[in-house]
Amino acid sequence: MSAILEVKNITKVFPKVVANDNVNLTVEKGEIHAILGENGAGKSTLMNIIYGLYKPDSGKLIFDGEELNLSGPHEAIEKGIGMVHQHFMLIPVLTVAENIVLGAEPKGITYDRKKANELIKEISQKYHLEIDPEAKVKDLSVGLQQRVEILKAFYRKAKLLILDEPTAMLTPQETEKLFEIMRGLVKQGMSIIFISHKLEEVLEISDRVTVMRRGKTVGTLNTKETNEQELANLMVGREVVLRIEKTEYKPGDVVLSVKNLNVVDQQNVPKVKDVSFDIHEGEIFGLAGIDGNGQLELVEAIMGLRPKKSGNILFYGKDVTNFSTKQLYREGISYIPQDRQADGLVLDFTIAENLILREYRDPTYSRYGVIQYKKVYENAERKVKEFDVRPPEYMLKARGLSGGNQQKVILAREVGYNPKLLIAVQPTRGMDVGAIEYIHKRILELRDKGAAVFLVSLELEEIMSLSDRIGVIYNGQLMDILDGKTATKEQIGMLMAGSRFDKTTLEAR
Amino acid sequence: MKEVLLNPQLWAATLAMATPLALPALGGTFSERSGVVNIAMEGIMLIAAFFAVVFAHATGSAWLGLLGAMIVGLIVALIFAWAAVSLTANQIILGMAINIFASGITAYLLNTMYGFTGTPTDTPMLPTIDIPGIKNIPFLGQVLSGHSVVVYLMIIILFISDYFLFHTNLGLRLRAVGENPEAAETAGIDVIKLRYLGVALSGILSAMGGAYLSIGALNSFNPDMTSGRGYIALAAMIFGKWTPFGSFGAALLFGFATALSMQLQNTAFSKNIIMMLPYILTILALVGVGGKSVPPAADGVPYTPKK
Repeated sequence: MSAILEVKNITKVFPKVVANDNVNLTVEKGEIHAILGENGAGKSTLMNIIYGLYKPDSGKLIFDGEELNLSGPHEAIEKGIGMVHQHFMLIPVLTVAENIVLGAEPKGITYDRKKANELIKEISQKYHLEIDPEAKVKDLSVGLQQRVEILKAFYRKAKLLILDEPTAMLTPQETEKLFEIMRGLVKQGMSIIFISHKLEEVLEISDRVTVMRRGKTVGTLNTKETNEQELANLMVGREVVLRIEKTEYKPGDVVLSVKNLNVVDQQNVPKVKDVSFDIHEGEIFGLAGIDGNGQLELVEAIMGLRPKKSGNILFYGKDVTNFSTKQLYREGISYIPQDRQADGLVLDFTIAENLILREYRDPTYSRYGVIQYKKVYENAERKVKEFDVRPPEYMLKARGLSGGNQQKVILAREVGYNPKLLIAVQPTRGMDVGAIEYIHKRILELRDKGAAVFLVSLELEEIMSLSDRIGVIYNGQLMDILDGKTATKEQIGMLMAGSRFDKTTLEAR
Repeated sequence: MKEVLLNPQLWAATLAMATPLALPALGGTFSERSGVVNIAMEGIMLIAAFFAVVFAHATGSAWLGLLGAMIVGLIVALIFAWAAVSLTANQIILGMAINIFASGITAYLLNTMYGFTGTPTDTPMLPTIDIPGIKNIPFLGQVLSGHSVVVYLMIIILFISDYFLFHTNLGLRLRAVGENPEAAETAGIDVIKLRYLGVALSGILSAMGGAYLSIGALNSFNPDMTSGRGYIALAAMIFGKWTPFGSFGAALLFGFATALSMQLQNTAFSKNIIMMLPYILTILALVGVGGKSVPPAADGVPYTPKK
């Protein structure tokens, strides 16, 4: 084998942070090479350097035996480097064909639609990636959109394909399909860089894996000779607890009861359809589903942030359907919103101020409408310590914190006073293994103390490892509620994709 | 009322009134499709209207007046693009600034160059054109023939614009840049260059619209003579859903309202009410009556290329 890509001593410094510190990487021809690392480990920076979006401060790139000095992505593309970004670089209102050929259209002044369609059909047949070139991208599923991205790279004659967190938006079934495609491509001689922070996937699909931590490459391993624990330790730099130890499930009274809830959006399109479920004391109820299937609407309707069309919400048997968010807070409900920067924090307020956003009108903190800052700071000092916010300086603006520490501030505010119900949407999104470990621990603690937890997450792993019961939502419908102990990934995956693969449907066929 | 509607003059005036709206509306389509909201079109029109007279009078040729106006329009547009695209300044505030500047500078130059008597009365006008064949058809001939040459140029530009935007590679790229500049950049497209192109075209076309007012419809310049046409053109563009033919259609509608109000001047009907029509239509278009207008996704959002 010979190397398709060699990265030698690459360093890239951003203001305040060394994103890539003397990074080395060799990708062989025809291999799937995984790059594993936490968020902020420097994976994306490295890929953007290889793709010509960033200029390295020092070091060199050798691609296919030739030293690269890229001035922009167009040069990387020309040399044969293709990249599928985590957030697709597609234009929804244009067709598949237009998206694929954009920037490298068939020669001429006029856009040659027929020629473009033909070329795409040719490539999609060659690589077994069927697609309708005339379809608008906005009408495609996420899996198919990804296919368009891959075709985009092949249309440009890529010899090396970089896939940046390609499974983040996919169902387990779509992920399997992608892996099949990847295996097929490698057989045809393609080299693939697969970026991920999911250990399992890296172990399943890659030939070799390079681990990055804090901007450095800490090692390259043969996938066959390593395991989950070793990779996790390398990634975090210390012993990591991968399995969550859960105490026995002892459900108590019903805390939250959602009955036949219907929610429509501004355009009167139904987003939540007749959803009913209960959550008990001492229980974590997980809601699994692909992004955009009504989770957000459901939670916001419960929290009084969005009008309900019909249905009831009961909290300890009391009808709270028409309660405002403030009233719900007073009942003892806590809420960790999905977007911590937009909905969870006021970024330009200090940590101390953010910590009393819920209770600022409480007599403890406010007298005759004047904030008692002494009390606010006392509270902040306590909470910052208790929840291990780093740096522990409560006068700092929330904006200055890392994502993980921002989330800790929200957690401290919402969990710090022992709520009866915690509604947490994507509580660990974009956080690294260490911080995830911490947040999971606090959520489990809350459950063990007898509170109810409603956990909404796109990470199936998270749902499965924490939940006592698992609801699956698809297209606004609650497909089924499964036992957290016995539910399998395949089962949930099928439901997430909208098919009820149980006895009744089998018989119906 | 029936008499008014059957009067060919009404329809001829509609076309004439639509022209100084359609040209900047087409220009705005290019600019906004590339992702830049150019409200400076009002100011560019005004400056161009003034310099059209200056050049036309100085050279004795209305054509050179038109050309000079277009060059001035291009220069102002490039200044706008430099600040809005390269320096990522706020496009709305920048546009406002240029518009207020335009109003002041033209009034000042008018006074210092020509004194209080206004622009010279011997300023040449752009020619009108009689279309052989159509000219003699009753009614239709009176409506379509005998307009200023700019009206016919506008029609030609309309077709070219549509072809350019929706049938050429460059048009595809321009639209891509306005929808998702990051995606365009990763596909190897120079976002900044295309945004300059979009703004430049809006400047040139706005300038044509301005020149039409001063040396096409008249042969003089009056302070603030554009009277908000640059803004109405933006409304026409939105009403026309960011497409050339849609913009033209909306411009015709707005032109009709103006023409109608002029025809109704001597009747009991209040012309002020008719004059309001374009603005009411604009509000309705913006709040989504008759199908919501969806702008290009990255319209008005400055883009900084990665380093």
